Amino acid sequence: MRSRRVALGITLLVTALVTVPVAVPAGAPEAHAVSEQQTKILRVGVTQEVDSLNPFISITRTGTDILRTGFDYLTVYNQEDYSPIGSLAESWETSQDKLTWTFKLRDGLKWSDGEPLTAEDPAWTFNKMLDDEVARTANGSYVKQWESVEATDEHTLVIKTKVPQATMLALDIPIVPEHVWSKVADIGAAPQFPMVGSGPYTIQEFKEAQFTKLKANPNFWRGKPKVEELHFIYYRNSDAAVTALQNGEIDLVNRLNPTQFDSLESNPDIARNKAQNRRFNEILINPGAATFDGKPIGDGNPALKDIKLRQAIATAIDSKTLVDKVWGGYAEEAQGYIPPVFGEFAWSPPEDLKREFSLDEANAMLDEAGYRKGPNGVRLDKQGKPLNLRLMTHAEANLDEVAGPFVKGWLAEIGINITLQPLSDNQVNESTTRGEFDLAFSGWNANPDPDYVLSLQTCASRPNAEGKGNTPDSFLCDEEYDELYNQQLQEFDRGKRVDLVKQMQEVLHDRATLVILGYDNALEAYRKDAFEGFPLQPREGGVIMNQQGYWGYYGATPAGEGPVPVFNDDGTASASDAETSEAADEESSNTGVVLAIVGGVILVLLVGGLLFARGRRRTADERE
Amino acid sequence: MSDILTPTEDALAEAPPPTRGGGALRYVLTKIGGGLVSMALVVVLGFLLFRVLPGDVIQTMFRGRPASPELMAEAEERLGLNKPLFEQFLDYLWRLLHGDLGQSYVFNVPVTDKILERLGPTLLLVGVATLIAVALGLWLGTRSAWRRGSRFDRISTGVALALWSTPTFWLGMLLLAATSGLFPTAGIVYSDTAPDFLSQALDVAHHMVLPTITLVAVIYAQYQLVMRSSLLEEMGADYLTTARAKGLRDDLVRRRHAVPNALLPTVTLVFLHLGFVIAGAVSVETVFSWPGLGLLTYDALRVRDLPLLQGTFVVLAGAVILMNVLADVLYRVLDPRVRAS
Repeated sequence: MRSRRVALGITLLVTALVTVPVAVPAGAPEAHAVSEQQTKILRVGVTQEVDSLNPFISITRTGTDILRTGFDYLTVYNQEDYSPIGSLAESWETSQDKLTWTFKLRDGLKWSDGEPLTAEDPAWTFNKMLDDEVARTANGSYVKQWESVEATDEHTLVIKTKVPQATMLALDIPIVPEHVWSKVADIGAAPQFPMVGSGPYTIQEFKEAQFTKLKANPNFWRGKPKVEELHFIYYRNSDAAVTALQNGEIDLVNRLNPTQFDSLESNPDIARNKAQNRRFNEILINPGAATFDGKPIGDGNPALKDIKLRQAIATAIDSKTLVDKVWGGYAEEAQGYIPPVFGEFAWSPPEDLKREFSLDEANAMLDEAGYRKGPNGVRLDKQGKPLNLRLMTHAEANLDEVAGPFVKGWLAEIGINITLQPLSDNQVNESTTRGEFDLAFSGWNANPDPDYVLSLQTCASRPNAEGKGNTPDSFLCDEEYDELYNQQLQEFDRGKRVDLVKQMQEVLHDRATLVILGYDNALEAYRKDAFEGFPLQPREGGVIMNQQGYWGYYGATPAGEGPVPVFNDDGTASASDAETSEAADEESSNTGVVLAIVGGVILVLLVGGLLFARGRRRTADERE
Repeated sequence: MSDILTPTEDALAEAPPPTRGGGALRYVLTKIGGGLVSMALVVVLGFLLFRVLPGDVIQTMFRGRPASPELMAEAEERLGLNKPLFEQFLDYLWRLLHGDLGQSYVFNVPVTDKILERLGPTLLLVGVATLIAVALGLWLGTRSAWRRGSRFDRISTGVALALWSTPTFWLGMLLLAATSGLFPTAGIVYSDTAPDFLSQALDVAHHMVLPTITLVAVIYAQYQLVMRSSLLEEMGADYLTTARAKGLRDDLVRRRHAVPNALLPTVTLVFLHLGFVIAGAVSVETVFSWPGLGLLTYDALRVRDLPLLQGTFVVLAGAVILMNVLADVLYRVLDPRVRAS
């Protein structure tokens, strides 16, 4: 009898375990919304761990995002369109020979601990980087052509370079306080908290793999932010971060995938932001890889040295289909090498150069170039061998996984046989760096200053014989391109530099060593019951998080304290007219409930089936 | 106990008596020696294993940001990666012998600090979950064996098996979705909880509920099944009949006579699993963003942080080896039969 009762109890318990959660409506009770009344906190969910909060060391997206709010720079990219404007520096001038830069710092700058911020601080920071290789870990590339740095008086900083350097207004180097860092014995060590800074917030506390806390900095030269505390909270997986947003545990999150983004549409408390991103996605076509000094390496199919073949392949790849099917519409169609978000430098092919997707056209191009079709419909190369190419894909990337078969299908239509080669990220990187590929998926995040992504396609960026020592992309080595690259590097007139960069993109487009697939959007969401909105960068269609600046976090506007400010280039702010929040119509999302019901049913079936099977066996046993 | 021997005891009794008095010590030393040999293998493997993985460390480090060949060469030299492999191995060995696991490439802090920082949360989560799972498993296992074939037995064993075969990740996500809003989604403590001990402890407990339930649900079955089967083996034993014949209550027969004898294999199992406990929660830690060692290992692998990988590998494998040796020794202490053989 007793065991009966126990059994009944267990059954009830298990049933309860399975069904009670189902009965609890998803997103109903908000357990965690207590402390909002006391202090205004902006809680940001991030899905990447902070590597280090040492400004000389940190290179991750999250790390630099946090440091941007904690430390100011000489110049920053403006909110409007990423043009460089003064931040700590108020003005600057260059000498006739373009080798000497003189920056004038603002009056009355102060560190968060009240100490004055003078030209000695940037001078110390930069000199440290010149002297100590550990201090060059994160941003060493900016100073590699520098001669000397000196503070000639309290407000004047003089930097001498060895060669003219057009990127001097794009120095992404956090300026650290000399009075704190000169006492640090190991410049690469984890920093002491709270950190003394000059940005809109100061970094107060860091708990590894958990969170980073920042506090508003009353000494920030633009004025104290409206939010009192800024917390970056780490989520290992983005589904959890989305749930946390729905529960009100965090206020802002980014890097959502289209499914997550769509699932938030009906939530009345959540506003979404579909933003232009700074990433471009591409397929590389190996034009015959070689080392930086021109020795062939790798095992690329030699047929791809023919520009006609590469151009035909580029014509047979349809960006529109990829945007619709791979990114669910959350992307922009391919244009030039620099993503359209950087409007100034972005280029799109004029009508006469435009490569409209057309399999007929691609077939005609190949016929004309003399690639005959073999017996099984696969074209033969100039040596009479069938065109069998490998397409290397990142096994864990959604883009590669979904787009791979599309590309294979299109190329089959023009008589090129593709074998998909899914590999781990590290393996793809290693193989492409060694030139061991025919076609490969790739992609980069461009910066407001396009120098880095442009440099990837130069002869000098090719590796040594071991496939090391540099980061190549498509192994293009083109005289015209390199010539333009060197010109833009030394061109100080922004308009002329933009022209040069556009010409470079035209060369890239023509050579077809890479095919741009599209630019996926950055998908973000925030609690609009807690926040009015955030300044976007660029102002139209831009991002809130991972900006090239501090605008989004600095201008965060709690609900009821609107409007969201707009930051002008002269350091002033005005009220925004645009309403970022969007209307929503339906009640809260039901995904959780559905999931739970499905799971519960499966569990019950499983248990039931098992019991049934056991029961049958037992009766059978008894009969014998 | 009776003087009639069961077949096993009969066989054991016939085994030759230990020849020398130092048997116990020798047994322990042999086990420890075996452990040390395994550890040496782990140390070598830990070094080689992660170096055969594809992807150059320096290339990975500098991918996606401006870097000249000089900068890359500088970094290679600083990390000692330009030295011959054998020399790198000697460096690693030398440091290891001094208890230094090296400096993490990515985080730029000593690996030992990193591991120690993550050890606490892992021990807390997996320790509590294992305690609950062992207690629950043993209790359920005993009950279901004692009433073999009853409805209780069928249901509890069925449920245990079903949960055991549930993917941890899926169960975690399901619990998260189903209890939406009742429990925290991630982490070990909220960033804005008051700093005093009580609030912090309560908040940690609140955060622990879902990961603990998930972990317990997935692991308790093994304890239940082992306990059940080893108790079933004892069920027919004559000493139980004797105990009953003495007029003992059923409960007492079970508690005092059957269970202690059936516990042996279970205790060994518990110890063997304790070794894996430290490493074991990678998927739970990933679902609930629990800042533990499993998560650290996973992240280190993705960014090819060699010292961190070696460090976690040596520590995790070391824990398993240590627990194995302890289990062997403990088994001998608990079971006189092993001592005799």
